[in-house]
Amino acid sequence: MTRNRPPATDTSETMPLIRLRGITKIYGSGDAEVRALRGIDMDIHGGEFVAIMGPSGSGKSTAMNIMGFLDKPTSGTYLFGGAEVDNLGRDQLALLRRNFLGFVFQGYNLLARTSALDNVELPLIYQGMAGTKRRQLAREALAKVGLKGREDHDPSQLSGGQQQRVAIARAIVTNPDVILADEPTGNLDTARSREIMDLLTNLNRTDGITILMVTHEPDMAEYADRLVHFVDGLIESDTRNEKVTTDAL
Amino acid sequence: MLYEAVRLALQAILRNAFRSFLTVLGIVIGVAAVIAMVTVGQGSTEQVQADVSTLGTNLLMIRPGQPSQGPGSGVGGSAASLTLKDVEAIEQQITSVLVATPSNSRSMTTIFGNVNYSTTVTGTDNRFLTARDWGLASGRSFYESELRTGSSACILGDTVRQKLFGNGDPLGANIRLKQISCRVIGTLEVKGASSFGTDQDDIVLIPIRAFMRRISGSQDVSMIYASIRDGISTDKAKADIESLMRERRRIGPFEEDDFNVFDMKQISSMLTGITSVLTGLLSAVAAVSLLVGGIGIMNIMLVSVTERTREIGIRLAVGATERQVLLQFLVEATVLSLIGGLIGIMLGLALGLLGARMLSVPFAPSASIVLAAFVFSAIVGIVFGYFPARRAARMDPIEALRHQ
Repeated sequence: MTRNRPPATDTSETMPLIRLRGITKIYGSGDAEVRALRGIDMDIHGGEFVAIMGPSGSGKSTAMNIMGFLDKPTSGTYLFGGAEVDNLGRDQLALLRRNFLGFVFQGYNLLARTSALDNVELPLIYQGMAGTKRRQLAREALAKVGLKGREDHDPSQLSGGQQQRVAIARAIVTNPDVILADEPTGNLDTARSREIMDLLTNLNRTDGITILMVTHEPDMAEYADRLVHFVDGLIESDTRNEKVTTDAL
Repeated sequence: MLYEAVRLALQAILRNAFRSFLTVLGIVIGVAAVIAMVTVGQGSTEQVQADVSTLGTNLLMIRPGQPSQGPGSGVGGSAASLTLKDVEAIEQQITSVLVATPSNSRSMTTIFGNVNYSTTVTGTDNRFLTARDWGLASGRSFYESELRTGSSACILGDTVRQKLFGNGDPLGANIRLKQISCRVIGTLEVKGASSFGTDQDDIVLIPIRAFMRRISGSQDVSMIYASIRDGISTDKAKADIESLMRERRRIGPFEEDDFNVFDMKQISSMLTGITSVLTGLLSAVAAVSLLVGGIGIMNIMLVSVTERTREIGIRLAVGATERQVLLQFLVEATVLSLIGGLIGIMLGLALGLLGARMLSVPFAPSASIVLAAFVFSAIVGIVFGYFPARRAARMDPIEALRHQ
């Protein structure tokens, strides 16, 4: 199943999956005030693979957290699938994360002393899915990331690349619309990083999952078909990555 | 979801098995203490009731003196004594009384051959055996002539028989009660220890008239046992006896009784009362232990929540709601506490069994107290787990994920 990926500069009337308008985020107050985001406008359509780049402190992680319903903007409007989500409560945001998003972190963030299978099942537990169905889906997700046969391994028994694959399996097990990947290759060597990027690209191409990736490695950003550069809490540039698009064709 | 939460809780608890064990120790000790105390207490209550029934459940004791003085206060100084005529009147005029029998007792030394033994000599008649529901092991009871003339015949309790005769046959032998010589005509069945811990078999029965003439030297009866017919309430019989005695002793309508009628059930309830007060006190101590145990659980749960901040962040990121995280930690505290409770229940029952053996009372585990211990440990878990669980549930997912 392939979803149509509209070009990054799409201006058609179809509502984007994510629409940010005038998003600001201010931490602290007075002299200690930090303006992490100073008015962001961005549209991300379903099926896009977006790399967000920028120096540290540029606001890219803050933007990611807001788009991932982990944080709330200080002001501005966030439309997800056309619905305004910036005024939702904690639990409603949790439900959005549970049903529409998957997270991949730099440090994998797997539960220690918990098998790969149990880790992947975690989001399904919170969805209230029955045990048998859950295990089946978790096994399928692990197979998809190439970890068939490692279901019973603890994170400590897996390499970094394998742990990140478990994390990706956990992100896709709920069949999400968007995967938010925060420096997914930050802890991995080049070969392992390429494997992870290939996996993400494949999920984007084959399953049409929208991917939002924060990275500071240009090599990894090359996998995306749209590059957004953050500087000082503002979007400095937002370009299509012609190379990848051509490669894909 | 609850099943999952319980599974997760067990995982988390077993991950730190030793710490979990130390955490629940307070609960274990508290619950074990309650269960052991109540089990032993219950056992002694049953023992007391069993003892009272060996004494005769339908037995009333009539003694001179103020009722307030209680059964152990002895013969009231100023009050007029009871007489054999009172015994007769009670038995004949009160239909609810099956038999009434006098019982005068004195501690004396008995001698047979070169064996000296100090025991209680009780002057009474054959109706004593009926009243106390006591059979003969050998020999015979008193003849009418022996009772009438007060001749020196005696019936030995089992302890006295053993002390004086060992395995020999006492029947027909002459023993000495101080200066009196007395022929053994029978022996009593074994009755065992009473609820007061006295040996009921440590007794020698002689005819009441022999006791009066040769031992006490007066016509006074110090106590009357009245046994009540089956199917008649002790209260009714007691009231009947009281009104008869008031009449016989010419007590005016506004005067207090100068005798008292004591019901064996009163003794039973008095002893049960003491047991339950003790049980209550010890339970209070145990409740404090449970409280301390609960605080221990809260402490460890707070440590656990802090240690697992990152885990909580992960759970929140994948879409756990506040309620789900709260439930998880609440269930964990409760499961922890319940495990403590269960260990405590088992330990308490074991200690109760041991205690019951040592005090030679029946082992009487109470289902309701076991259930209560279970419920209480659950409540302790919920109450003391709530604050740490709420702290976990309210965490900010971003900060929690950043936590190292």
